[in-house]
Amino acid sequence: MSHAEDPSGERRDFLYYATAGTGVVVAGAAAWPLVNSMNPSADTRAASQLRVDVSGVAEGTQLTVLFLGKPIFIRRRTADEIEAARAVALSELPDQSARNANDESADAEDINRTLSTPDGENSGEWLVMQGVCTHLGCVPIGEGAGDFGGWFCPCHGSHYDTAGRIRRGPAPENLPIPAAEFIDDSTILLG
Amino acid sequence: MGGIPHDHYEPNSRGEKWLHRRLPIVGLMYDTLMIPTPKNLNWMWIWGIVLVFCLVMQIATGVLLVMHYTPHVDMAFASVEHIMRNVNGGWAIRYIHQNGASLFFIAVYLHIFRGLYYGSYKAPREVTWIIGMLIYVLMMGTAFMGYVLPWGQMSFWGATVITGLFGAIPFIGEGIQTWLLGGPAVDNATLNRFLSLHYLLPFLILGLVIVHVWAFHTTGNNNPTGVEVRRTSKAEAEKDTLPFWPYFVIKDLFALVVILVAFFAVVGFMPNFLGHPDNYIEANPLATPAHIVPEWYFLPFYAILRAFDQEVWVVIAANFLTGGIVDAKFFGVVAMFGAIVVMALAPWLDTSSVRSGRYRPMFKMWFWVFIVNFFVLMWVGARPAEGIYPYIALIGSTYWFAYFLVILPLLGVIEKPLPQPSTIEEDFNDHYGGDHGTPGSGSAAKAPTPAE
Repeated sequence: MSHAEDPSGERRDFLYYATAGTGVVVAGAAAWPLVNSMNPSADTRAASQLRVDVSGVAEGTQLTVLFLGKPIFIRRRTADEIEAARAVALSELPDQSARNANDESADAEDINRTLSTPDGENSGEWLVMQGVCTHLGCVPIGEGAGDFGGWFCPCHGSHYDTAGRIRRGPAPENLPIPAAEFIDDSTILLG
Repeated sequence: MGGIPHDHYEPNSRGEKWLHRRLPIVGLMYDTLMIPTPKNLNWMWIWGIVLVFCLVMQIATGVLLVMHYTPHVDMAFASVEHIMRNVNGGWAIRYIHQNGASLFFIAVYLHIFRGLYYGSYKAPREVTWIIGMLIYVLMMGTAFMGYVLPWGQMSFWGATVITGLFGAIPFIGEGIQTWLLGGPAVDNATLNRFLSLHYLLPFLILGLVIVHVWAFHTTGNNNPTGVEVRRTSKAEAEKDTLPFWPYFVIKDLFALVVILVAFFAVVGFMPNFLGHPDNYIEANPLATPAHIVPEWYFLPFYAILRAFDQEVWVVIAANFLTGGIVDAKFFGVVAMFGAIVVMALAPWLDTSSVRSGRYRPMFKMWFWVFIVNFFVLMWVGARPAEGIYPYIALIGSTYWFAYFLVILPLLGVIEKPLPQPSTIEEDFNDHYGGDHGTPGSGSAAKAPTPAE
């Protein structure tokens, strides 16, 4: 069969490109649901909120809950801890951002990291944060551990202060604060 | 198959002829098994067969383990203990599978280093090398996911750290990490898909192994001299080669027996020597082990990952040049994967026309430094990232990249190679003495011993 003369060359080219293009689109459309099936399932996504009863959390203690597969530290700080955290000048902090999901633009002042009580007052008593070291994801030890009386990560020696802010060590950021609010006197809603 | 002249399969009986006309499978197997193989291959050429054996052993034991394993976060750890205590012979199957991974990696590293020393990656064997590197990467993925399945503390936290690497990719990293995990953190969805992939990848490896063998059967094996087999006539080719069966099969099987004696000594008497005790504690997302270490075969790359912290000038420069997009964490990830990529590019980075390191006096020295450096990186990867260790890791990582990107390209230009033998036959006769030395006798005696 000779192709020396092909009067409908342009039409044939068009058909090739159109077929190939359609093939790519169809293959992509068929592949996407398969790829997407590996994304979080509906029940995983539905678990993105959690109510935590904090009535049993006494001053100077910490409640750790598992939320979205990661530990959340809910600490009711003592007056000494609040004072220590508020006394720190912003310039002393390696990370200047509050890392607070409730207020993305806030700076790392202690007041910007704590949670307001139901009456709208931010006494600095409630500190809610994700207990995942910002270095490589280990869980820091609490109960006044580390050189700054807050948390200490045993993996690579990051020290966090009583407001969960990074003070020394390889971690680059403050412990992140998840979206959280008091929905009544004794319940915190996470997410 | 292959450019080396040799006898091909001839069907004799009527049955053979009948099948051969319809499916020439016996011919394919015959030509594969009888391939002319350079007769001067040394003991470093046994690892290919050891690797094939490992793959088959891992698939066989793995298929059996899955019959008793439960991929659920609440039951996985207990089901592994069920295998150890209740399943008939389960302890042996699991320990063979667990230590089999280590044997697999010992063999693959020796196989790769053999290729690097004797220049097996050079033209025309680049495709063989690239396929080998793909197999190696798939092996690492398979081993990593397999280590997660027992759902111990190291499983869980290793998975958290390694999948976190993907989260370091700028802009799309978090989405990719969530997609890989199937949720916000390592959980049941992760465990399930890891089992699925851990079962799938070995079969992809098997497919690639067939292509790998096909590739070097087309080019012919490399050999310790790096000199090609003569292809001008069948008579000359036969002076350089011996058929794979029985000469090399028996040699390889003997080596395999010796290796398996050592392997089963480990399986029987110290099965957890290469493991980590923390993996006998069930996974707990609320408590991190004090020191997370990967399995030994990942340590050199783990060291490279951690070597580039925010105080290294290349990291600072990369961070500045990209406007902060490339941070220390992402740089480390790129360095780790880059370490494998530069190794895969060795065929194009090595400019020397001499294939075998045996005739390259300067290359030899740099090569052995590379090997020592590999073990230094392995050692430092297991140490905590503090004190002097990050500096050692940084020097080691730098040498790794310098070896491929600077030393290999430069040596080809400045090095004066030693004279090479003109044929494999000549090298063989030099080594075994006389042109009628009994092949495979392994005798160190220089003088011919016709009495044999």
